[in-house]
Amino acid sequence: MTFRIDPRTSQIIAYTILLTLTLITVSILIFIIAFVFKNGLGELNLEFLTQKTKEMGKEGGILPSIIGTFLVTLLSIVIATPLGVGSAIYLTEYTKGGLIRRLISFGADCLAGVPSIIFGLFGFIFFVIKLNLGWGIIAGGLTLSVMILPTIIRTSEEAIKAVPIAYREISYSLGGGKLDTIQKVVLPTALPGIITGVILGIGRAVGETAAVIFTAGSSLSMPTSIFSSTRTLAVHFYILAREGISMNKAYGTAAVLIILILLINFIAYRLMHRFIARYY
Amino acid sequence: MCAIRTMIKISIKNYSLSFKNIQALKNINLDINTNEILGIIGPAKSGKSSLLRAINRLCELDNAIKDGDILLDDTSIYSLSVNELRRRIGLIFAMPIVLPGSVYKNITYGSKLQRKFKKNELDELVYFALNAANLWDEVKDRLRDSASLLSGGQQQRLCIARTLALKPEVIMMDEPCSGLDPISTAKIEQTMLSLKDRYTFILVTNNTKQAARVSTRVAFFLSGELIEFDKTEKIFTSPADKRTNDYISGRFG
Repeated sequence: MTFRIDPRTSQIIAYTILLTLTLITVSILIFIIAFVFKNGLGELNLEFLTQKTKEMGKEGGILPSIIGTFLVTLLSIVIATPLGVGSAIYLTEYTKGGLIRRLISFGADCLAGVPSIIFGLFGFIFFVIKLNLGWGIIAGGLTLSVMILPTIIRTSEEAIKAVPIAYREISYSLGGGKLDTIQKVVLPTALPGIITGVILGIGRAVGETAAVIFTAGSSLSMPTSIFSSTRTLAVHFYILAREGISMNKAYGTAAVLIILILLINFIAYRLMHRFIARYY
Repeated sequence: MCAIRTMIKISIKNYSLSFKNIQALKNINLDINTNEILGIIGPAKSGKSSLLRAINRLCELDNAIKDGDILLDDTSIYSLSVNELRRRIGLIFAMPIVLPGSVYKNITYGSKLQRKFKKNELDELVYFALNAANLWDEVKDRLRDSASLLSGGQQQRLCIARTLALKPEVIMMDEPCSGLDPISTAKIEQTMLSLKDRYTFILVTNNTKQAARVSTRVAFFLSGELIEFDKTEKIFTSPADKRTNDYISGRFG
């Protein structure tokens, strides 16, 4: 006689295992956030957010780093989004799934897996030295844009590919040209997926240290132009913790960083849902 | 014989079409008259849909290779711009797929690609198209709602309205009722009959009874060949070819 589990029991077992796995995942995330907040929220006050940094970060606030992070990230997104989405459109709509497309997609996948320190080194040699941009927001932003480009290309590509062919055929059959179809049917339909890719890109850019420490520098002064050297929040946190300057300030910075990322995600998803509600 | 000269709207001449190794259409010769409803019947893979996609040149998206010619009002469709051709010959697909956006946006989509319109022109166009598709009364208060909220039958009539808004000369339908209930199907057929005087219809259908109900003439396709083409009564009462008889009496297909 073979031993068989009653289907209802096996359902309960499967449910329990899957629920446990999910709970473990979520609790790790909550634990990290709670840990940082527990140590960092005490440091958070208006002064910390609005004051210049003093004594290498031991005193004062982190305003220059907040502004620096914002500018570097914004620059990288502004550069990488059109490049990435444009490439994705070309790959999906203008190449016929041939060798070129597979080669570029493969390249993008490989690039997405390259450690960020390599991008940092590349950015340092190419943007900082070769193009003589020096350490600054622009070199940092350019480096980050190169780093997040593969993510944006691949997610946009998948989003565009997921738009049913029937949508395109309907547009063509109504006398639409290729560009009309892409602009008015394909892109609006793929937009939620594209935005997800951009959010992932922002997430990577905001939290990046290795790629920006070599390119944006680590100056604590308030940035005055896009060529100014700046120290992003992640780099600031890294230096505060590694040099043992102030663990309290380090946790405070980490808390700000996490809140910032949560905020960006929240806003982006809200925008996306409003968009979807309007279009579907 | 009838004294009134019937005008030929579309003339298909020695037309063949193939994709990679598959020959979808084999040397088709077929004339479609103005203001008729031509029913095209035949089993799956008989080339019915390929013929529609050949007429509005949508088959070019699939790298099809063609031979022969198709004339629209005595002009080769290959001498027209493809966008103009597709505006003059509309195509309704089997699945009613609405574009993302409101009912209003769906209807004005094709027209707005051609030129700028004033607001009242667009309003008139939307009324004209929805009214002609027998949909106005049902959606007049929902023009700004998302088109995907309409029922399946309403969506298919919206697709018809979307095509009518371009003021086409020919409307091709590829199994337009295959996903619809009998009441919605009746409404679509009603719409077709009410528009017959103004447009030329080509109706591909899997439902031979539907072909019998609405068509003026019927063409029977099998494996990419045009087997028989005649008046509807003739096809359904005394078909010349045995294969036609077998198909309409349900012996295969």
